[in-house]
Amino acid sequence: MTEREFFGPGEAISWALRRDLRLALRSRGELGVALLFFLIVVSLFPLSVNPDPKLLRTIAPGIAWVSALLATLLALGRLFNNDYADGTLEQMLLSPLPLPGIVGGKVLAHWISTGLPLVLVSPLVAVQFGLGGGELGVLMVSLLLGTPILSMLGAIGAALTLGLRAAPVLLALLVLPLYVPVLIFGAGAVEAHASGLGAGGHLSLLAAGTLLAGLATPWATCTALRIAYE
Amino acid sequence: MSTAAVLLETRELGARRGNVELFSGLSFAVTEGELLTVRGPNGSGKTTLLRMLCGLGEPSAGSILWRGEAVAAFDTALRQGVIYFGHATAVKDELTAIENLEFGLALAGLPADNAVVEEALRQVGLYARRQVPARRLSQGQRRRLGLARLLLAHQPLWLLDEPGAALDRQGLALLAQTVAEHLLRGGAALVSTHQDLGIPAARARELLFQ
Repeated sequence: MTEREFFGPGEAISWALRRDLRLALRSRGELGVALLFFLIVVSLFPLSVNPDPKLLRTIAPGIAWVSALLATLLALGRLFNNDYADGTLEQMLLSPLPLPGIVGGKVLAHWISTGLPLVLVSPLVAVQFGLGGGELGVLMVSLLLGTPILSMLGAIGAALTLGLRAAPVLLALLVLPLYVPVLIFGAGAVEAHASGLGAGGHLSLLAAGTLLAGLATPWATCTALRIAYE
Repeated sequence: MSTAAVLLETRELGARRGNVELFSGLSFAVTEGELLTVRGPNGSGKTTLLRMLCGLGEPSAGSILWRGEAVAAFDTALRQGVIYFGHATAVKDELTAIENLEFGLALAGLPADNAVVEEALRQVGLYARRQVPARRLSQGQRRRLGLARLLLAHQPLWLLDEPGAALDRQGLALLAQTVAEHLLRGGAALVSTHQDLGIPAARARELLFQ
């Protein structure tokens, strides 16, 4: 009866990443919904506002970002709910693998399966709104650097609202205000580029935000998960 | 019988659900090689006790000691030494039986070697269905998947909450045999059940809840 003493965070991250990516691959339909949602919301704007090319180009980054934010919110429910319902989450809390690692791996897998696809389809936004190549590039980089923050902050909210009846609404109320800075710098990056100021400052801030969130949010999410069980 | 080491001990443990007191002043110890069966009517706090002992919740009073040292909820020592087998099977519909077992073992900190995993599935009678998504397994077969995880577990203390639920006679026999072997290896088990599981044990005690 020996107990293995130490399990590193790498082991936990790789476990969660492999498992959640495989699960995502097996339920592609559910993931497609968030992506489709993103594309539809984005497409509603050129139809509903004045189709003046100059106006569309001005509002494009903001619309892409707001839609990305809503699509992320839509997909957040998947992050812990299924594992909570079938008892896997309690096994994660009881696992000798470090929980912040498991949570980190889960959030990373969630971003790869929901955030990254948004980045990859964003050229379609550029086509719809007549964005130039340089602007599209900045938009994609801003989404690439910013959407991980959405997933990581969202994870805290998803953990806090776990098992509550009004969870989806509460989650939106809890998380959307936290998304505001990301939205400002994300959409601002494209505007700064278009106005000739250069997007470097905005993008650096987003990158710094991702790093900071990566260091802090797994622990906050763990605490929230434990509260959900106590 | 030589003095077996105490694995888990509770002192004046109490639990409440909302304002209702489930139990209080509960003190007992589980030693290596011992089987403790927890019995009592529905709602008497059996599951609450088991969840508390594995660290999934803070007691309202008293303390829990693991190998003589006081532990809090989600303590690392508990997480390394205890396996909890609850009502929820922790089986993923999208994954096959073999994948479920592999991921389950890795999560419990156990080596998930392919040959060992296949052998465990053969023992619980799921080998023929190892590549089938768990969605198409019956409730009993899902419990058997959990049983396969127990077969390979080497945590010293097992907390089993209604382990016999949904299992057929053959499954129950396998469960009893698995727990008995665990006890012979010097492990201990706390089992909450309404059935008579017929687990052969050198030292067995009962904990009765009103």
